[in-house]
Amino acid sequence: MSDAWIQAFSLVFEPYNMVVMLAASLFGLFVGAVPGLTATMATALLVPVTFFMAPIPAIAAIVTATAMAIFSGDIPGCLLRMPGTPASAAYTDEAYAMTRKGQAELALGAGLVFSAIGGLFGTAVLIVAAPTLAEFALRFSSFEYFWLVLLGLTCAVFMTSDRPVKGFVSLLLGLLVAGVGLGNPAGIPRFTFGSTELLGGIGMIPLMIGMFAISEILRYAVDTNPEMRIADQPIGNVFRGIWRLAVKYPVQVLRGSTLGTLIGALPGAGADIAAWMSYAISKKFSKEPQKFGTGHVEGIVESGSANNSALAGAWIPALVFGIPGDSITAIVIGVLYMKNMNPGPSLFTNDPQKIYAVFLLFIVANLIMIPLGFLCIKAAKRILKVPRNVLMPVIMLFCVVGAFAINNTAFDVTVMLIAGVAAFVLERNGFPIAPAILGVVLGGMLEENFVTSMIKADGRWFAFFERPVAATLGALTLAVWFLPVLLRRLRQVAAA
Amino acid sequence: MKVNDAIWGALLLALAAAILVHIQGFPTIPGQKYGPALMPGVVAVSLAVCGALLIIKGLAVRRTRESRHWVRFDEWITSSRHVVALALTIGVNVFYVLVVNQLGFILTGVIYLSVLFWVFGVRSRWIVPIALLVTLAIHYAFYKLLRVPLPWGILQGIAW
Repeated sequence: MSDAWIQAFSLVFEPYNMVVMLAASLFGLFVGAVPGLTATMATALLVPVTFFMAPIPAIAAIVTATAMAIFSGDIPGCLLRMPGTPASAAYTDEAYAMTRKGQAELALGAGLVFSAIGGLFGTAVLIVAAPTLAEFALRFSSFEYFWLVLLGLTCAVFMTSDRPVKGFVSLLLGLLVAGVGLGNPAGIPRFTFGSTELLGGIGMIPLMIGMFAISEILRYAVDTNPEMRIADQPIGNVFRGIWRLAVKYPVQVLRGSTLGTLIGALPGAGADIAAWMSYAISKKFSKEPQKFGTGHVEGIVESGSANNSALAGAWIPALVFGIPGDSITAIVIGVLYMKNMNPGPSLFTNDPQKIYAVFLLFIVANLIMIPLGFLCIKAAKRILKVPRNVLMPVIMLFCVVGAFAINNTAFDVTVMLIAGVAAFVLERNGFPIAPAILGVVLGGMLEENFVTSMIKADGRWFAFFERPVAATLGALTLAVWFLPVLLRRLRQVAAA
Repeated sequence: MKVNDAIWGALLLALAAAILVHIQGFPTIPGQKYGPALMPGVVAVSLAVCGALLIIKGLAVRRTRESRHWVRFDEWITSSRHVVALALTIGVNVFYVLVVNQLGFILTGVIYLSVLFWVFGVRSRWIVPIALLVTLAIHYAFYKLLRVPLPWGILQGIAW
């Protein structure tokens, strides 16, 4: 067996592979940092390039690019309040608040280091527990998914516990937007009003770019007292204070990584959902929940680990069963088949050096993320020395092209614009926009799983509690909803 | 532009009512009790509840505080420079969507950036050069490297 490991080492550390990983890192860093370009898109764009490579460099390119992209989405989110990827949108507001307080380097450093740690944790789980976890993940049917999604949506309301009604409205509007199009269990066009473009639904990416990036630029346009440069204070050493954070928040890192790996391992749920849920859980269980939203690093530590560990977790069902854990692994499975590494138990027994090489790739990718991410942050700082009145229009054009690039249709640009204006007005009136994004992401899953479950159970409501895991998740969700209210009542009664 | 919560509440109630009326026309899944009308229906009812709560909150604010405004405008509304800036920032995007397929990305991009640079006060002699440079850079990155089919429009003749 150690023979296979030695072979794996030689496969991973040969010069061609290292060059590929370096090039893929730069690609991933760029794609992640531009709002509108996602890690999934990066993977899709790499596939034709990997046609001509051997299996290990091909997978190396994809693993490295996606790990970098999920981290680098944090950089514009933190410095400009414009998340580069949906996974970073969960804690963009928090990171930006930290930048305003002059703590940008802490936010970025935390995002970087704890992303790497989360990724390594997910990889460790992948190596040790892949088959077992895959078995568990596959027991999830529509009932379990329904409760999980409901739990996720509950987290969205938690995140706005200071403005619950407006946060809830935002979530509902997101759910409404998710309902547009043909993608519903009955397959009828809903809210499309005859438009062909709307049949496909309203894309989450143009919405996200509009709500975060465009609204920010609109705010700049009407700013009567703008700062000329964004990062006027020098961004200090990003690694300072990170060890202190690791010592202060070990539970958060562990919890975030665990949750991320688990959610990543569930087919269909990936880094973005992991990041949102992790952030909300961080706030819920924090000793200082009131600090969340004012520029507090705890949430970034936890959800930064979560979204990178979700990347590794997504490979668990992909490698063991050929079932994608998220959209990225859906593409990767195709690549695996093309390179004659068919997913399944035979992968672990017939050609162990290849699978060990994949494990090593994950470890290496997460480790080189630290120096390369550091360089990327330095480059970002340089870009931000450009005066704002030049930078903002350029970013806007990037956003327009980024929104266009997803479906190659100008309709998405229109969606982005409308979302931007709407978010500009709504946020000014106290409606948080983060829950809306979560509503759009999870709305489809919620409805589909509910209707599927009802069809399976023939309309019996109790079926949602019949399966053990579903019952547990269901009880958990209901507890989360009603326990705080109940406890408060009990406390009032006891005090009286 | 800050609008009193009560108006938001009223708008949400109107939206909820509109949705509830609209979903009456949805067909059902044959043999199933819950169809495509369920989710929008639940959302609409919840929106109505939230809308009612916001109306109550909004009216309460009017009663208890000095701010008896229904709508309050921010300070930039008085500055024509900022109003123009906002209008052009939105307008230039509308312009992009309308003409990019005819004019092509490069021309539209240069005009787009030039207008925005001008409105944000970039020094005149830098406007067109930077706009041109950035547009070409973005075009290269997306069209050549990422293979995004940015339209050529009237420049189709010199397409590379």
